[in-house]
Formats: sequence, structure tokens, C-alpha cells
Amino acid sequence: MTRRPRFKFRLFVAGDTQNSAQALANLTALCRAYLPNRHDIEVVDVLREPKRAIAENIFLTPTVVKLGPSPMRKIVGTLNQTQAVLQALGLGILAA
Amino acid sequence: MRCIRFPLLGSRTKAPTGIIGFDQITGGGLPRGRTTLLEGGPGSGKTIFALQFLVHGARYCKEPGIFVAFEETSNRIVANAEAFGWKLQELRRKRLFFLDAQPSPDLIQSGNFDLSGMLAALEAQIKEMGARRIVFDALDIVLALLPDPAAIRREVYRLHEWLLAGELTGLITAKAGGDEASSINQEPFGFMQFMVDCAVILNHGVVQGVSQRNLRVQKYRGSSFDEHESPFLIGKSGFEVAGARTLGHVYAAVANERVSSGVKRLDTMLGGGYYRGASVLITGFPGTAKTTLCGAFAEAACRRGERTMFVSFDSDFSEVIRNLASVGIRLDRYVKSGLLRIVSVRTITGNAETYLLRIKTYAREHRARCLVIDPVSTLSSSANDLTAHSVAERLIDWSKSDGTTLVCTSLVDEMSSRTGGVSPLQISTLADTWIHLNYLAQAGERNRGLSIIKSRGTAHSNQVRELILSDAGVTLTDTYTAGGEVLMGTLRWEKESAERGANDAAEVAGKLKRVRLDAEEAELEVRVKSLQTELVAKQVEKTLLARTTESRKRELSRGRTRIRELRGADAAMPGRK
Repeated sequence: MTRRPRFKFRLFVAGDTQNSAQALANLTALCRAYLPNRHDIEVVDVLREPKRAIAENIFLTPTVVKLGPSPMRKIVGTLNQTQAVLQALGLGILAA
Repeated sequence: MRCIRFPLLGSRTKAPTGIIGFDQITGGGLPRGRTTLLEGGPGSGKTIFALQFLVHGARYCKEPGIFVAFEETSNRIVANAEAFGWKLQELRRKRLFFLDAQPSPDLIQSGNFDLSGMLAALEAQIKEMGARRIVFDALDIVLALLPDPAAIRREVYRLHEWLLAGELTGLITAKAGGDEASSINQEPFGFMQFMVDCAVILNHGVVQGVSQRNLRVQKYRGSSFDEHESPFLIGKSGFEVAGARTLGHVYAAVANERVSSGVKRLDTMLGGGYYRGASVLITGFPGTAKTTLCGAFAEAACRRGERTMFVSFDSDFSEVIRNLASVGIRLDRYVKSGLLRIVSVRTITGNAETYLLRIKTYAREHRARCLVIDPVSTLSSSANDLTAHSVAERLIDWSKSDGTTLVCTSLVDEMSSRTGGVSPLQISTLADTWIHLNYLAQAGERNRGLSIIKSRGTAHSNQVRELILSDAGVTLTDTYTAGGEVLMGTLRWEKESAERGANDAAEVAGKLKRVRLDAEEAELEVRVKSLQTELVAKQVEKTLLARTTESRKRELSRGRTRIRELRGADAAMPGRK
């Protein structure tokens, strides 16, 4: 078994609004299902850290940024369409 | 762009935009602390309007602003705006902040999302710089990403609530079809129009082949406003709206100063020239030297060193120079020195409103104190009569408020002259001085006549003068009135020379008579002299005669004595001798 890369995510949320809470739940579930033990999720609350949103050009919440492995990807929304999200993250094969 | 104060309208409720005309229409600007929706088709000038609103606030009203760019990148916006001379780089960071919020093209969307992240970020930025104004440019771009109309509605409400809570003066721009009716039904703008406190629609259309930009304030809660479409222009210094002047506007100080018309005799007729800041109308048939009078005025103004602008609607720049040079009016040197600006506008394109705005802009740029528009009647031919009249009205209104001395010409055709010589724009009622030029066709020639129909506030001559053009310039001469008939040109000349001839003849005859009398007098004198001489001769003769008589007598008596002696008469009678 080849050594598979570790996935790093940064999730920008706006407090505990419905969309943000859903996105966090969906991302966590997805990672558990498809990337067990090889993922990191950092949650940034833009209400508490607005400067980071400006610095990283995040204006729509929730947004998840896949920092690694490259290429970097940004996905906006609650992440409830699992197939599309997996495709976007380059995990399409795993889902099939 | 000055922060214009409106003495009659509390500016505490309004945020001036610095857009010429728009602040007048709305009585002071956009609603302060409220949200305005600015709609318009592509290329209608939304971004420029929005940016100018922010720049004005940041520079002149101590109201820093934030520009949220959803469509164009901030760098491109700044670069595009450089052409207007707004010096955005200077304002950036401290007083003007650009937020690049363009969704990246490879953005993947999955499920619902909202704008609260952006609003939180903006809130931090607002606190930091104390922003009072905010623009969301092309909000439709980000709304299009939302999955359903309900989400769009929700986000618009969120934005609106957020703006109100922050007491920011907000301006949201959104694309809309050029057609107004369609934009109302179009989600999400339909309900946005209901939600916002002020809605402005920009329209860019083509009317009879002429591009026309119009602005209309559709609604403005809690304020009166000019609800009609107003033409606007994107000029060199930004947005300009042709606005009606509001009441309470103060004109420039009325001057008693006179400025020369460039024709000495005309100045005399007007009692010293035109008033400074007056509007002068010169009407006349084609070829009655209207342009020449304008040229004379322009030349005189330049000679005084006043900045002057000459707008010609029917001749090219070089044609104006050449044609006027043929009557001794040399303008080329003033053009070279930059004192005079000649603007030629093609009659074929553009509409009256745009012309007016352009003329205003050019005049402002040139800082013109004297303005010539030749002919102003072009304005009526390029728009319908209704708007043309208001254009003429506004032209005069504007020149007055600026203290600019305006000389404009108006073509009168033969037809309208029969109905009383009314100029088509009815500008004649508005003008302060109205000079009419006409032809007098007589004895096979046409001669130009000039008369002053009215001149407010000045005594003026009621005489018709003959206008003569020569390579030395314009001269006015008295016409010859004989038997209730006005004579001009050759007839006048003939009459004058005949009179001169008669005078000469009379003079010669008089001289002749005098000479003859002199001769007669001389003759008489001579006769007197000769008679006197004769008289003397006679007297001499008489004396001589007397003397001879005496001597003869004596001789005789002596002879008698002798005879007596000889006869020996005695010496008696000694007493007898």
C-alpha cells in the first residue's frame, strides 16, 4: 500500500449559523468516511477573525479550502452534495 | 467636485455625490445612512457613478468609503478611473478601501452559503477606517451564485439589514436590461427596488440614431426629487447630469461692467457694449454676418485678455479662422496663445442635451469668461422642440449663474420671419440683448441692416444701421432715410454723392457770385477813383480858369490904365484902380 497524502482543510465559518454548522458537520462526516486518519480540519470563525477573511479573500461563508495536497481548491456552501464535493477534492475514484 | 452646500435643504439627511446635476435633482445627494440601488445596463456608467460618490465623500466630505468590487478587480477600476483625474492612489488605504470580492472562476459551489463572512470582514474594515460610505458594485454577480431565489432574497435582506444597522450610506449597483419595465419584473431587483430607500436607473439608448444616456431617480423615500429622465454624460472629470436648477440658487453677482461687442459703433448704440454676464442673441437670415459679429466679440474679448470659447456648429475650426480672417478678424494668434478655444461640433450626431453638457464641460475646463455659440438654433434641430427649449433655457441659466458673457446666434429662415421673426428656440425672450440682422433688397442689391430689438437695462439706439463688411472688419454706418424710405448700399451712396454734388455746385456758385461782386465792386471803386481824378482835374481847371480870368482882368485894367496914361488922362480918380 502506497503512502497516501494527508489532507489539510481550512473551513471558514460565520459563527454558528445554520449554513456554517451544516458545512462543518458535512466536512467532518466526509473526512471520516473517505479520509480516515489522514485529514486535518482548521476552523476559522470570520466573525471573530475578520482580518483573516480579508487576507485570504474569503467572502462567502461557509468556504472550505483544501490546502493540501495540491492543487488548492475552494468550495463554497454547505457541502451537502457529497459527490460533487468529492469530485472537486480529487477523491472521485474513492467514491466510485 | 466641491462639496456643494444647499442652504435650503438640510444636508444632514443627504450625502452629496459630487456629481454635477445629480445633487441638484435629489436636493443634496443620496439618502444618508440608507441604501440606494443603482441599476443600469452594461456600460451605462454604474461603476463610475459609484466610484465618484465614494471619491467625493473621501476627499471633500470627510467620509471614508469602501468599494466592494464583485466584477472588476480593484486595480483595473483604479486604472480606469485615473482618466478622470481623481488620484485614487492618494486616497487608497486611508480613506478609500477596495475590497476585491470577485468570485474566482474555478470556485466550486455545493449547497447553500451566505454573505455573512464578507459582512463580518467589512465590519472590521469599517471600524478600522471609520468608513461612512460603502459601494457594492455588481451585486448581481455574487447573487447569481446562490442556488435559489429564496437564498437570493435572504442575502439581499441580510445585506440591507446590515447596512441599516451600520448607518452607512450604501450604494448597490446591479445590472439590468436597458428596458426599465423588464428590470422591475426581474428577480432579484424587483424586490430590491421595494426594499431600498432610493432607486436610480441609468439608461443608455439610441434615439433616432443618436446615443442618449439618461438617468432617472425612480424613488426617493422622504424627499422630493426631480422624477424625470435627465440626460447625463460621462465627461473628462466624471459623471455629469443635466439637472434643472433648484429654487434658491444664487446667480453670480450682477455686473454693471460693460464688455465691448468688438464693433465700435455697436457699442455706442448699446450705450457702451454688452453687460458682463449678459446673454446676447443675434438673429438673422443666412449670410447676414452673424458669425462675423460673434468673431468680433471673441476677438475683442481676447484682446482684453479674457479666456474665450467659440463653439461652432456649422464650420470647422480652420474654416472659422479663415472666414473671419477675411473680414480682418484674426483669431489664430489667440488660439495659439491658448486664450481662445474653438470647438467645432458636427451637427449630425449627438443631441441637444449632450451638446449642452459638452459645452458646459468644455467651458469649465477652459475657464471661459466669454462664450460664443454659433448657431444656437442647431440645438433645436437635433432634438425635439420641447427639450430644445429647455436646453436653451438651461444654457442661459447656466451662463448667468457662472457669470459668463454669452453671445449666441440663431438662424431665422424666411418663413418664420414672416410670422414675426421669432427665433425657434424662443431664446429671444430669455436673452438680455437681442440684435437682429436682416437684408434690405433694393435696387438689385441686398444690404445688411442691423437693429437692436431689445437690450435690458441699457439705453439703446432705435436706429437701423447698415452693416458693412470689409477686409478691415465690421463697420456700421447710418442708413439714409429719405421720404420715409431707408436707403442702403449703392442707393445710399448715390443719394449721398448726389447730395455731395449739389452741395459742391452750390458752393461753387456762391464763390462765383462773390467773385463777380468783388469785380463789380472793384470796377466801381475804379470808377470812383477816375471820377475823383476827373473832379480834381476839373477843380484844377476851374482854378486855372479863375486865375486866368483874374489875370486877364488885371491885364485888362492895367492895359486901361496904360491907355489912360498914354492918352494922358489926369491923375484924377486915384481911387479907381
